[in-house]
Amino acid sequence: MIEFWVVLTGILVGITCGIAGVFLILRRMSMIADAISHTVLFGIVMAYIITQTLNGFWMLIGAATAGILTAYLVQLLHSSGIQEDAAIGVVFTSLFVAGVLLITLFAGNVHLDVEHVLMGEIAFVPWDRWTFLSITLPKAVWMLLLVLLINIGFLLLFFKEMKLTTFDPVYAASIGVPVLFLHYGFMTSISFTTVAAFDSVGAILVVAMLIGPAATSYLISKSIKQMFLYSMAFGAAAAVIGYYLAKFWDTSIAGMMATIVGVLFVMTLISQKIIDQRRKALVSKLEVKRII
Amino acid sequence: MLSGNLLWVLSGTMLLGIAAGITGTFSFLQKQSLVGDAAAHAALPGIALAFLLTGQKELPILMLGAGITSALSVYCIQWIVSFSKLKADAAIGLVLTVFFGIGVVFLTVVNRSPLGNQSGLNNFIFGKAATMTKADLMWLFISATIIIVVSLLLYKEWKLLIFDQVYAKGIGLPIEALKATLTVLIVMTIVTGIQAVGVILMSALLIIPAASAKLWTKKLSSMLVLSAIIGGISGITGTFISAMRTGLSTGPIIVLVAAAIFFISYFISPSGQISKYRRKMQFRKQGELG
Repeated sequence: MIEFWVVLTGILVGITCGIAGVFLILRRMSMIADAISHTVLFGIVMAYIITQTLNGFWMLIGAATAGILTAYLVQLLHSSGIQEDAAIGVVFTSLFVAGVLLITLFAGNVHLDVEHVLMGEIAFVPWDRWTFLSITLPKAVWMLLLVLLINIGFLLLFFKEMKLTTFDPVYAASIGVPVLFLHYGFMTSISFTTVAAFDSVGAILVVAMLIGPAATSYLISKSIKQMFLYSMAFGAAAAVIGYYLAKFWDTSIAGMMATIVGVLFVMTLISQKIIDQRRKALVSKLEVKRII
Repeated sequence: MLSGNLLWVLSGTMLLGIAAGITGTFSFLQKQSLVGDAAAHAALPGIALAFLLTGQKELPILMLGAGITSALSVYCIQWIVSFSKLKADAAIGLVLTVFFGIGVVFLTVVNRSPLGNQSGLNNFIFGKAATMTKADLMWLFISATIIIVVSLLLYKEWKLLIFDQVYAKGIGLPIEALKATLTVLIVMTIVTGIQAVGVILMSALLIIPAASAKLWTKKLSSMLVLSAIIGGISGITGTFISAMRTGLSTGPIIVLVAAAIFFISYFISPSGQISKYRRKMQFRKQGELG
């Protein structure tokens, strides 16, 4: 039963991050997601310092605030003439460091240690349970289900608008699509996803789950819908394979999941190249025949 | 108060800040700040693997491992960008987290091994400037000096490489070799700094001083000097503050000092917000008069 919860959590992480990652790749915002994954630490710590509880709800609020703050600060620095990569680098490292120092100063003795936030520990997930509507599930599962719903809801509501602002932002702005609102809304959902997943895979490795499956599916999909499906499948597969390999070798589960994300990506890239080459060879062969 | 060891550590972190300020400026101008971030995270598997393979905690061996995987990560990013349709941001993010993930896996293996618990490899995540030994510091001094000297020697060539690659090629400069040396030097800076500020924060030391210096000047030479000074000051001040109060690790404070300098520069520098606001007001006044 315990293993069931862990695997379920992993699959949920894979699916949730898989969905959230697609637009990250398409909008070329992977590194902002990386930045947010570092700065949610700051948000979580602030939420803890203000409320003095490790309540999941306040953590979500804190993380969302930190995520929006990150996106906003990056935008602010970038628009005042600092090149984007440096703007991202400056903002996330400063907020991250602020988070680390606040933890050591004010929250050193609670379960909020830095390593836990960064690396996660999916094996502890089943022990921390919540009961809601007389259903008892691990806290992480509740959070992930909630965020998955939020992500799906966001997509259902704004799919068209997101597509438009992603591929043609100028046109979208000119016909009155709320580009900024979508940008910050999307950043909020990325922060939610990061917080929901940090219990299990940690704040840094959640980025592997956000970017990896979506990037892998980007290589082989022909439409955005396909990309969503493949991305969720790759995410879930990486989570499950990673979990069992980690169990087999008795190592870090989150680390193994990230490793598998990388392996899946490389395998997909190479096999796609091979298939491409074969197809090209075949085409040229056929053309040679036709000429003869 | 300034005990002998503290003085050593202070000069070590200062040299590190200067070296990072210089190489950071070059990577900043090449718009590769986040590649440095990835390379810094990618040092972790190298450190853990070097320890697993040799069973030794000798710094040179660990640093060699870190250098190899860092350089490999930069190569992987370039490979992904040129061989797939992924853009740089996705390639950097993917390589960064996957390498870090592999590092975490190796780290747990290390921690389980009988030598592991005393190995203190966890220190490499946040650094341990305050407790570095003389031998650690010797390595820091040597490699920081090499980095500073080599960048000064190659200053002219790199300047051309950054601002006018076509011309540089035209006059017969070995572009690829120059780019490779720059990458090697950036990786070397990262590897040097890991011991002091750790893999996660090392990227901050590459990015922030350069970004702050850019706010003050548009000339490469003065940007390099300023960036080096800001890096050096952050190193010294951060180490000093953390020596005053126990319980705060040095790495985060060094970065916090650098960040403070950046935000001050952001407001008061010539191209900063306050002078921009003043200029705007002046224009408005002139407009009203005219």
